[in-house]
Amino acid sequence: MSKAYIRKNFHEARWDEPMIYELSTRKTRGILVPEVEDEIIAEVGDVASYLPENVKRKTPLLLPEVDQKHVLAHYIHLTQETMGANVSNDLSEGTCTMKYNPRLNEALSLNNNFAELHPSQDIETVQGILEIFYKFEDIMKEISGMDKFSFQPGGGNQAVYCAASVMRAYHESRNDTKRDTIITTIFSHPCDAAAPATAGYKVITLYPDEKGVPDYEALKVAVENIGDHLAGIFMTNPEDIGIYNSNVDRFSELVHSVGGLCYYDQANANAFLGVVRAREAGFDMCHFNVHKTFGTPHGGEGPACGAFGCREFLNKFLPKPTVEFDGKKYYLDFDRPESIGKVRAYFGSSGVILRAYSWTMMHGAEGLKEVAAVSVINNNYLEKLLLSIKGCGEAYLGNGITRQEQCRYSWEELFQDTGVGTDDINKRINDYGIPWYWASHHPWVIPQPMTLEPCETYSKCDLEEYFETLKIVAEEAYTNPEIVLSAPHRSASHDIANPEDLNDPAKWALTWRAFLKKHGDQYVKVK
Amino acid sequence: MTKKRNIVYPYIPNSVPEIKREMLDELGMDSVEDIYKEIPDRLRFKGKMNLPAPILSEARLQRHVEKVLSKNNNCKGYISFLGGGTWNHYVPAVCDTIGGRDEILTSYVGEAFSDHGKFQILFESSSMLGDLTGFDACNTPTYDWANAIAIVSRMASRTTGRKEILVSEVTGPERKLVNQNYCKPDINVVEIKFDYENMCLDLDDLRSKISDKTACVYFENPSYLGFIETQAEEIVKIAHEKGALVAVGVDPTSLGVLEAPGDYGADYALGELQPLGIHMSYGGGLGGFIACRDEAKFVAEYPSLLFGVLPTTRKGEYGFGQVAFERTSYGSREKGKDFIGTCSALHGMVAAVYLALMGPQGMIDLGSGIMQRVDYAKKELAKISGIKIYEGFNFKEFVVNFDDYGLLVNEINNKLLQRSIFGGIDLSEDFSVLGNSALYAITEMLTKEDIDELVNALKEIQ
Repeated sequence: MSKAYIRKNFHEARWDEPMIYELSTRKTRGILVPEVEDEIIAEVGDVASYLPENVKRKTPLLLPEVDQKHVLAHYIHLTQETMGANVSNDLSEGTCTMKYNPRLNEALSLNNNFAELHPSQDIETVQGILEIFYKFEDIMKEISGMDKFSFQPGGGNQAVYCAASVMRAYHESRNDTKRDTIITTIFSHPCDAAAPATAGYKVITLYPDEKGVPDYEALKVAVENIGDHLAGIFMTNPEDIGIYNSNVDRFSELVHSVGGLCYYDQANANAFLGVVRAREAGFDMCHFNVHKTFGTPHGGEGPACGAFGCREFLNKFLPKPTVEFDGKKYYLDFDRPESIGKVRAYFGSSGVILRAYSWTMMHGAEGLKEVAAVSVINNNYLEKLLLSIKGCGEAYLGNGITRQEQCRYSWEELFQDTGVGTDDINKRINDYGIPWYWASHHPWVIPQPMTLEPCETYSKCDLEEYFETLKIVAEEAYTNPEIVLSAPHRSASHDIANPEDLNDPAKWALTWRAFLKKHGDQYVKVK
Repeated sequence: MTKKRNIVYPYIPNSVPEIKREMLDELGMDSVEDIYKEIPDRLRFKGKMNLPAPILSEARLQRHVEKVLSKNNNCKGYISFLGGGTWNHYVPAVCDTIGGRDEILTSYVGEAFSDHGKFQILFESSSMLGDLTGFDACNTPTYDWANAIAIVSRMASRTTGRKEILVSEVTGPERKLVNQNYCKPDINVVEIKFDYENMCLDLDDLRSKISDKTACVYFENPSYLGFIETQAEEIVKIAHEKGALVAVGVDPTSLGVLEAPGDYGADYALGELQPLGIHMSYGGGLGGFIACRDEAKFVAEYPSLLFGVLPTTRKGEYGFGQVAFERTSYGSREKGKDFIGTCSALHGMVAAVYLALMGPQGMIDLGSGIMQRVDYAKKELAKISGIKIYEGFNFKEFVVNFDDYGLLVNEINNKLLQRSIFGGIDLSEDFSVLGNSALYAITEMLTKEDIDELVNALKEIQ
């Protein structure tokens, strides 16, 4: 018996909020800066005024002048016009693993013994945080089967870039400099193509076979064509459509057989904690999106962490420093002559590591397996419900493969029947309090896609609410398409009138001052 | 603790055995193995993960983590003179309130109709950074300042079609390493010498190295060593004469008192967001920004997401959207500009709150107050025998030389540590030309009393 509740009278906060600049009143202050003591002033005077004229600021600083209460209210209004995962049924964002982010960990991150640590402090004074880095690395090693980790990459894509850099260093160390090409798959994240390309590699993209699985025959052809120019492969498993590639070890064997390295993008690892690991799949390197799989907030797109792991033979190329323990003391090892250098300043997003350590410690080995199990059960439950909706299909429907942690659905049938497509449905569900869903990365290989990932955070009621809402919207598409096509009706704002202007340098505005220059005050709220 | 039992996890609602059973029954499955059957046995992990025993209750977990953290000493308990890329500034309580709001903290990549507020906050953040730096265009945050330099190197290379970047040798050492790694595939990074007599860029060296191969000249103002560059306009002139672009790395807290790079002719300004209301968090507080000229040839080369404002279908309403989305690797995979993904958006949002609180007068007071404290500290320290201050116009940081002091910087710092003082960053390896020196940073957090305590300590430990 479902207790799902449909938010038929939902309305997102709509504060009709002006820009912070429009709230400005001359000489108003939001906060005061500590005063300089009289004795100092008496001794040194107004130092800034003694600067050479050419370095002094002459252009007026046009920041807004707003009192504290109105700054607070303005930004609270804007936060209320945002549908974060902790406050909504955000199984919407497939591939993103939108978990509950425990408040406890936010409180811990504001502890003075963490928040007020400078990264250049003497090592004796940061033993606690280094212990957390070190112990979390042990946890990552156990979960992946890799031998060494760096937490320096600030996100998944920077981890992929780090991997491409390590791959380059490895081949160079063997004087094997002709390897200039990598292989990836179309359902792997775009960064698996783009980051190696930035590192200087040519990219070959494989398309799936008729069942939606990365095509081993296509890989064989590619490997043969690329020959000894193959540097390696960058792939996800399961890919973004939720199908586990049961041939993955054959992929790694083949790439290894011609001297390439294998990189496992584990962005979709949530379903497999304690179930499968990069090591058994034969991969040399991998990364976890810690902000996804290990329960830390996504921050509206960071700060994040792409925990980068590798086998021992690649350890020497890792970014420096690494965190080590000599039996008594934790320390930072900068003495790594073959290191690729750095991909990010300092040691990584320490706040993500602290929170993830805490989250993982609460779960333990059994808890992590429960995370994985509930995620895949949730996904199959939701899939069964959604496929009962008229107009809703799925990528490679009927291929006989049970989906794992997520599914890529398709509204193609609905679109053909009604002219209502996935972008329209996406806006309409917002009217029922469901946040924007992830359609697909570009290009859309699956027509009218919708990718949902109901990870362990979501209750049975959440799944049923999601289903019932989509069912209502799909029915609306058949009976009253206009209400879907003109959505959203109850969100914080409406569509831009002329979206093509976003591509027009004469009209786009990335700052308020540019907006005023290009459009005058015709659209300004407060005049 | 390790005994098998049915635990109901508060963060996993369907861990209730009866619910799970009901769902499996609905699916016609016996267990989760009916889903994992897609994984061949040879690929299954057969062992048991050797992880620490779980700490199931929040009360005990909090106690555990706080106990580990208590092994640290922090910059509230100690007097800190550390800078170099992360600084101990005041974080207004309002910044913590907004940055901790679940609506934005736990949001991700929603479009503007769903996450209108996030778009507006980041747009305002870019707008205020544009005001600070004197530019009409600014991106959503990069990972950090170092990443911003790397991105600008590649942007400028594409805009000019040239493959060489000139970088001041007095750039943050870690930032240089990151830039080198990003440029390695196809851009040659050449260092410009620093004039250690006058503590500014060596223009003769710049002139000798710049050519029609140079895509961009990058220098920091203030430099990593804290010196304000007094020849910025001249550098811009030299670069532009050769058709090269100019990128200036800034500490945004300096721009209440120092001229905006956009107003002395630079093409890009970039820097670190951390001092704008973000906790240091052991280096986790970073976020970078890149402001540039609002011209298609510059903007089209950003790899970052760009949020723009336009009117909506409803009169009097602001709407937001992604500007020139096809540029990005989200839009065009490897054919996009470099790559983009999750960076440091939350820190950009907190920086907006900070700048809105500070306003123009706050930034002026902050900058001028820091300079007064720095000048006071320089004067007092210079009175100590064996200590020499490298003179120049300093903003937040300055170089203290201990060649004649009788102790190495690391020895001095160990002794200061015993007095609950974090001495300045040891420069003797990265800048050996400066001898036995340290980089001292002073922010508005330090009082005269704190500075005097350092001075007295240095008198006593000699």
